[in-house]
Amino acid sequence: MHSHRTLPLLVALALAGVAPAPAQKPVTLLNVSYDPTRELYQDYNAAFVRYWKEKTGQDVTIRQSHAGSGSQARAVIDGLGADVVTLALAGDIDQISARSGLVPTDWQSRLPHNSTPYTSTIVFLVRKGNPKHIRDWEDLVRPGISVVTPNPKTSGGARWNYLAAWGYALRRPGGDDAKARAFVAGLYGNVPVLDGGARGATTTFVERGIGDVLITWENEALLAVRELGAGRLEVVMPSVSILAEPPVAVVEKVAKKHGTLAVAQAYLEYLYTDAGQEIAARNYYRPHSETIAAKFPGQFPKVSLFTLAEVFGNWSKAQATHFADGGTFDQIYQARGATP
Amino acid sequence: MSLHRKASVLPGFGLSLGFTVTYLGLVVLIPLSTIFVKSAGLGWTGLWDAVTTPRVLASYRLSLLASLTAAVISAVFGLVVAWVLVRYPFPGRRLVDALVDLPFALPTAVAGIALTTLYGPNGWLGARLAPFGIRVAFTPLGIVVALTFIGLPFVIRTLQPVLEDLEADVEEAAASLGATRWDTFRRVLLPAIRPALITGFALAFARAVGEYGSVVFISGNMPMRTEIAPLLIMTKLEQYDYAGASAIAVVLLVISFTLLVTINQLSSRNRLTGATD
Amino acid sequence: MPQALAMRTSAPPRPRRAGPAAEPALVRWILMATALAFLALFLALPLVVVLTEAFRKGVGVYAAALRDPDALAAVRLTLLTAAIAVPLNLVFGVAAAWSIAKFTFPGKQLLVTLIDVPFTVSPVIAGMMFVLLFGAQGWFGPWLADHGIGIVFAVPGIVLATIFVTVPFVARELIPLMQEQGTEEEEAAMVLGASGWQTFRRITIPSIKWGLLYGVIVCNARAMGEFGAVSVVSGHIRGVTNTLPLQVEILYNEYHLAAAFAVASLLALLAIVTLVARSLVEWFELHRRTDTTHEQETTA
Repeated sequence: MHSHRTLPLLVALALAGVAPAPAQKPVTLLNVSYDPTRELYQDYNAAFVRYWKEKTGQDVTIRQSHAGSGSQARAVIDGLGADVVTLALAGDIDQISARSGLVPTDWQSRLPHNSTPYTSTIVFLVRKGNPKHIRDWEDLVRPGISVVTPNPKTSGGARWNYLAAWGYALRRPGGDDAKARAFVAGLYGNVPVLDGGARGATTTFVERGIGDVLITWENEALLAVRELGAGRLEVVMPSVSILAEPPVAVVEKVAKKHGTLAVAQAYLEYLYTDAGQEIAARNYYRPHSETIAAKFPGQFPKVSLFTLAEVFGNWSKAQATHFADGGTFDQIYQARGATP
Repeated sequence: MSLHRKASVLPGFGLSLGFTVTYLGLVVLIPLSTIFVKSAGLGWTGLWDAVTTPRVLASYRLSLLASLTAAVISAVFGLVVAWVLVRYPFPGRRLVDALVDLPFALPTAVAGIALTTLYGPNGWLGARLAPFGIRVAFTPLGIVVALTFIGLPFVIRTLQPVLEDLEADVEEAAASLGATRWDTFRRVLLPAIRPALITGFALAFARAVGEYGSVVFISGNMPMRTEIAPLLIMTKLEQYDYAGASAIAVVLLVISFTLLVTINQLSSRNRLTGATD
Repeated sequence: MPQALAMRTSAPPRPRRAGPAAEPALVRWILMATALAFLALFLALPLVVVLTEAFRKGVGVYAAALRDPDALAAVRLTLLTAAIAVPLNLVFGVAAAWSIAKFTFPGKQLLVTLIDVPFTVSPVIAGMMFVLLFGAQGWFGPWLADHGIGIVFAVPGIVLATIFVTVPFVARELIPLMQEQGTEEEEAAMVLGASGWQTFRRITIPSIKWGLLYGVIVCNARAMGEFGAVSVVSGHIRGVTNTLPLQVEILYNEYHLAAAFAVASLLALLAIVTLVARSLVEWFELHRRTDTTHEQETTA
């Protein structure tokens, strides 16, 4: 393909620092994500940029936005130009699809594992030495215990926390909806502050010293221990918890308009490769790949997990029953408000 | 009020008024109207329902009560501060005087994190108050503290000019007639500064009702307890309940606008009647 | 926003010495102690906290926080926003003050009240309005989408929200000032044959220049510090749509407390500069008045 005439030109270009590969315009992707994934995507984006450059020679810049999952979904519906969304729960992406059509209705089947490249679960973070002896969900409703968990109306993590607690209560012997509701009400009776996102709750617990126990994502708890010193915090795994599945999707309409469809698709697919799975695991997200998980022995203890589908059906039912206006969360809070 | 332009010699009336009204319309009025239109979509009953749910009512109660308390604290201590600044010379008075304007100049988010750090359980003040069982951060008390911070300058700056204008002879006359200092203060000075005090109080109150940035960090944001109305609006937005958010906003706007009109009436009356006599 | 925020245009009288009508020394001391303690507690301490927390991890961390690309992008965005919002509101302020102070017309009081409205609107509502107007589901949403124009969740939205919030500042500074100055000088100039613009440039501007500057200073402080309204329309895209106050919030939420306070210290510094500048400008205006009075007296 290169003739004698063009070779010197190419050499000159190469020397000038321009790659002689097929010239493509640099492209920018916006990844709208939920609160705790800041560190994950910092690592991942660097790796993906390198990978994409090697593979196609194209320069891609990835911009990030982080906030509560529900807030982010709303922003995308209102016009935040996300090429991909990587949110905390399928229900939020369903909302984007239903209210704006930016994401196709069958988005969840477009990628493996229901478009969930990594999973997590809900655990407890306590002060070092666990002075209040918090071992399981039951301890959270003890009088005098102060529990930190974010606001389910805005935070995806908070919704997983809520459903995990509800699911635990249902699975107790003799458990039914009424008892579960009483349990969750008792739990929220011990909550002094509701932050807007999972990260805000972690900051409240760790930096501001509020509360005896933080209910949060496993990845968030492990990260907190790493960032803020193992000497101050420890993770407690409950007896049973929910399998938290944070999904990802390409926002097709937006990506098509930006001309980033191919990159966006590749960006999400890379999460499923060994390289992507390893980055996730390093950031404390449970990878699907067994081989990768084996590289991090002890980091992901075995926990008895139930899925959302088993207990609640699907997100739209869970949302309607618990988190919509007048749902169980509202009812619990209103009952509380009535007492001084 | 005459319908004729007073100074027809001066040009530019049409241009300046036209520009003013257009700018105001585009930047202020049209955007504001979206709130009213959105909530109008609910109809009167829908609107009423949206703004009278227990959670919404609790947030109004909190915002209004906390703002009221903060405004009262600002009024009382603001009066003391204004009195001291006007009447007592001391080294560094000018510096302290300039400091009073800090809440105007400091961004609300910065104030928010500073106050939260200060009054949190690990903070300089929070740690000292904890043994007494006094918790400030994440309680309504913390909200009052933040709102006092931002309202204080309004009271002080409204009172200072009035205090400065007070004539000494009235007080001296009262003293020579045998009144105690306290009597003089209560019967002579206080009535003279009362209009300004009320105006300052109303300003601090109005400012506090809509405040978001400095409160949202220090408040616990618990529905029914420490959730201020602006935060509830944000939460409703996040739930795609634009109409509900607008409904709450409309109520806040009506309250603020009423306060604004009252304040403007009060201060124009102050200007006309003057501080003494 | 009546007089409370306006520039003080007369020299405050020096505090009087205690005379026969003054309160006893004990009372004075108690009042002074109360006042200073209150101010220290409520005003000074928060400022001190910002500075100490910023340097808690040392100067190295402080400097690194300010050199961070996202922080620098936030500085640029904040400066850009102020650079657009402040001049626009300056022009508005002058136009509004001119029409209100120099002329009489029905509805003047209403206009003045309307100018004050942004001052009392909660920032969250301010942000929400623009989303309702320009968001994808808003009035102009589809039209904007068709033309590929992004307003909310992009820089224009941030600028608009900031403009809204700071509309009253210059206007309410100038209106009382120009009302006080009346129209005689301008009328005299016009009668003597000056054109409208000449009159404005040579007579009006010099007499309001310090008020103008004062208004610009306070408008700027508010524009750079706005948080609530911008937070709603921002989209929080790192390095792109975060202003300094938003960046402070982000850092605060990422365990980087020292970095958050480092960026906050920039804003605190801005606040201090604002306070100093205001005092200076007040002093200059006072000087201008006493000079003018002297001139009038000597030429009389």
